[in-house]
Amino acid sequence: MTQTPDSPPEPTLRRTPLHAAHLRAGARMVPFGGWDMPVQYAGLKAEHDAVRNSAGMFDVSHMGEFRATGPGALAFLQGVTTNDVSKLRPGRAHYNWLPGEAGGLIDDIYIYMVAPDEYLLVVNAGNIDKDWAHLQKHLAGHDLTLSNESDQWALLAVQGPKTLELLQPFSDTDLAAKKKNAYFAAKLFGFDVMLARTGYTGEDGFEVFVGASQAETLWDKLLEAGIAPAGLGARDTLRLEAGFPLYGHEFSDTIHPLSSSYGWVVKDKEHLGRAHITAAPQQKLIGLKLERVPVREGYPVYADGVQVGTVTSGSSSPTLGHPIAMALVDAAHAESESFEVEVRGKRHPATRMALPFYRGA
Amino acid sequence: MNTPSELKYAASHEWLSPDGTVGISDFAQDQLGDVVYVELPEVGREVTAGDTIAVVESVKTASDIYAPASGTITAVNEELSGSPEKVNESPYENGWLFKMDVTEVGADLMDAEQYAETAE
Repeated sequence: MTQTPDSPPEPTLRRTPLHAAHLRAGARMVPFGGWDMPVQYAGLKAEHDAVRNSAGMFDVSHMGEFRATGPGALAFLQGVTTNDVSKLRPGRAHYNWLPGEAGGLIDDIYIYMVAPDEYLLVVNAGNIDKDWAHLQKHLAGHDLTLSNESDQWALLAVQGPKTLELLQPFSDTDLAAKKKNAYFAAKLFGFDVMLARTGYTGEDGFEVFVGASQAETLWDKLLEAGIAPAGLGARDTLRLEAGFPLYGHEFSDTIHPLSSSYGWVVKDKEHLGRAHITAAPQQKLIGLKLERVPVREGYPVYADGVQVGTVTSGSSSPTLGHPIAMALVDAAHAESESFEVEVRGKRHPATRMALPFYRGA
Repeated sequence: MNTPSELKYAASHEWLSPDGTVGISDFAQDQLGDVVYVELPEVGREVTAGDTIAVVESVKTASDIYAPASGTITAVNEELSGSPEKVNESPYENGWLFKMDVTEVGADLMDAEQYAETAE
């Protein structure tokens, strides 16, 4: 039997402030985007189910945080993103894209409006250096300071239907009153944290920004409160069921982002790469359901005997009990119902399934 | 970790019983996590030790299974197509993968004690 080897961590792998806490919790660590990260603790399925039915927490401290401050911050962000940053108000956040000058996406990100002339950008871990270089290139002529605070923050995603009920006793803020995409300062277990009612699992929950030095104590408090640690394995199956694209799979420097059904992220405004974004995509991102055999990224997708696309993400769905996949297919086949996916040289029938595969209560 | 002493083990975590039954070790099933799909060889196929002859898939990954001996496949565990979780629940009994008519055992199979040391 061979699988992705549990190779000893390379000395160059970076560690989040919670690395020791993961080892204490019995995590199996794997290299991910240059970081030594927990892929699972008790087991992927148990962690997945904890988030769907109760509450789980993920260490996402490897993600990057950039702060844009100054009178020119809004104009700068408007020019390098597709969503309308002028619609944000202090204490609100939204999903946004950094389009490439030559098409595709540099990254997909979240922007939090902290105060007038102050915004926090949360970017994908594997793209921190690329995003930073890209943004630096376009700073000229704008009156703002952009700072990379990625090492100062730990970020915990607490997700699941029982998140509110489990966190509320430990905060002075009325958490239920905070709407989706709210971003606010709060006390949690006595720590000063920033909370955002956001997530990447298809469930209710909060993302907790906490100073790196306080992260481990906060993690222990959350464990005591009954929140199960969950690893990158469950994070991926949860986001796939919820139909969320993942950079490097459904988005990239070359994939047209409007292949996905996220057209609402592109607003009517001037920005970098506008001409590429407004061109019609040649492919569409669809959902597929298989009877039994799991399909994985890179497997070819056929329709009427001809290859029409490729699987971008695939897994067995712990919630639905059958394999699911997202695939990029030729736009002409976006409405087709029947496909085949080639697995180790043999083609297996796949049926189109509307995204998201799973919608939370 | 459970490693029955009557079995021989491959470094790639398959076990082989004296009657030619093959499965994956307790260590292997634990490393894999929840098994959701098993692809087994055709009965009658002739294999050489080290050939890739089956695939065990967990939620996240597909893992190749290698023949621990040369010979002919005589039976496969049909139960696994409906209940792949038996590989996790009972790796040495109900979760067996296939049976072989062994002509030659793989050269580098280990006994339980040696295997337990390598798989820690």
